[in-house]
Amino acid sequence: MELPQVLGEPIRFILNWGRKYSLWVFNFGLACCAIEFIATSMGRHDFIRLGVIPFAHGPRQADLMVVSGTVTDKMAPAIKRLYDQMPEPKYVISFGACSNCGGPYWDSYSVTKGVDQLIPVDVYVPGCPPRPEALLHGIVKLQEKIAAEQSGFGGVRRKSAAELNAPLVSPP
Amino acid sequence: MATAREMTVGVGAGAEQLDTTEMVLNIGPQHPSTHGVLRLKLKLDGERVTACEPVVGYMHRGAEKLFEVRDYRQILMLANRHDWLSAFCSELGVALAVERLMGIEVPERATWLRTALAELNRVLNHLMFLGSYPLEIGAITPVFYAFRERETLQAVFEEVAGGRMHFMFNRIGGLKEEVPAGWTTRARQAIGEVRRRMPDLDNLIRRNEIFLARTRGVGVLSAEQAAAYGVSGPVARASGLDFDLRRDEPYLAYGELDVPIVTRTAGDCHARFECLLDQVYVSLDLAERCLSHVDTLTGPVNTRLPKVVKAPEGHTYAWTENPLGINGYYLVSRGEKTPWRLKLRTASYANVQALSTLLVGCLVPDLVAILGSMFFVVGDIDK
Repeated sequence: MELPQVLGEPIRFILNWGRKYSLWVFNFGLACCAIEFIATSMGRHDFIRLGVIPFAHGPRQADLMVVSGTVTDKMAPAIKRLYDQMPEPKYVISFGACSNCGGPYWDSYSVTKGVDQLIPVDVYVPGCPPRPEALLHGIVKLQEKIAAEQSGFGGVRRKSAAELNAPLVSPP
Repeated sequence: MATAREMTVGVGAGAEQLDTTEMVLNIGPQHPSTHGVLRLKLKLDGERVTACEPVVGYMHRGAEKLFEVRDYRQILMLANRHDWLSAFCSELGVALAVERLMGIEVPERATWLRTALAELNRVLNHLMFLGSYPLEIGAITPVFYAFRERETLQAVFEEVAGGRMHFMFNRIGGLKEEVPAGWTTRARQAIGEVRRRMPDLDNLIRRNEIFLARTRGVGVLSAEQAAAYGVSGPVARASGLDFDLRRDEPYLAYGELDVPIVTRTAGDCHARFECLLDQVYVSLDLAERCLSHVDTLTGPVNTRLPKVVKAPEGHTYAWTENPLGINGYYLVSRGEKTPWRLKLRTASYANVQALSTLLVGCLVPDLVAILGSMFFVVGDIDK
């Protein structure tokens, strides 16, 4: 990205500072993990104090998508579509073992083995389901990542999931 | 018009002509006002729903097929995940079925502890809906109170099982391990706290004027309809279908407990909500009584199992009164270390069937109120 040199370090810092503390979140609540996501938004854990705002009306108003729960092959097109509706810059947290890699349903015929096969993921939060503290940690990690971004006004161009995924390993 | 035209409405549709046509509206699978990913295909005539078809399967994870390649100890881990709000009760059902087929006698202390934990899990489940249902129809505050109580009870579970949601505390033949020293006292304290603070939630919402206006007389499910669709649990009891396995076919220690059944006759959304709310008080009492009884018992909480658990050839059907209704487990074994078939009869799946008649004739604004009041977990529908 050449933009930072044009805009200068202070602008880059301010843009990223603004972005990391106003993450309007779109909760793609699918399964058990969604309950822990809700628990994180409640009084005890309260991620609003980190600037994560769970009142996005839909994907078009959101900056961050949290995929919490098992992604099934039937659901996959909807996830891809809603991700594509989000405006740049956009971030994705994969919350829980199922959306990371299939989790306990690793050998199921109907489960997508990880949401990163569909959309690029910024932060993976492990656990089944992860504790709310783990989500808070994931959010802080994402904020660190945003702060270090060499972004300009339009954010960083994001690679598609196909570009990010390694091809299948051929048998020996 | 000679023939009824059908029109699927996306953005900007309907601008060409203003004469009324039947409109197909898709709610879900991802929709902010439904919890989970249930999809409803509605046909509308103006504001009125003329047909409703629930489209299930967006959360189908193939649990039943996976049971067939997991050994009996591992099955519990998948069994508690299909209904994620009542994990303890769901793993319990599988454990009961396997124990029955293998002829395992569960120690008394384990039975009473299981009963106490099952009732606490019921409270956890109901608290979630007591928070989320008002939220869905516009009352934001109750959910914070509900989650405060949930956190209190989750701490009790966490101390004993280590998990906040998926406890994995059941084992074939008993429980995972003895509870920590002094746990029953702390659990009773937590129950006392929740009982003391429940009126906060109760007073906020039960007699709230707006809440009553949105729920009373809305979405009336008759007892006959409920029975016809196999609806069970609090949803059926709100319609006057007085059926509760804890009393009618006791399992665990329920036979020795006097289980009061909460019923209503109105069958509307408010009755369903009240059933849930009153059940919380009942379950707290039951759990407390079980914990007191646990204190009088000594002895093991599990049985020694062979290294490879194999259920003998045969089949059995165990059913339990899960928080959302009746869960059945049909277990067929051919004497191997994995079941031949383990069929789940889940409460939510039967309960949402009623939606296709319940929603017909209602108005779109009432839709969310009715949908939320059926108290389903999508994983429990799709398995």
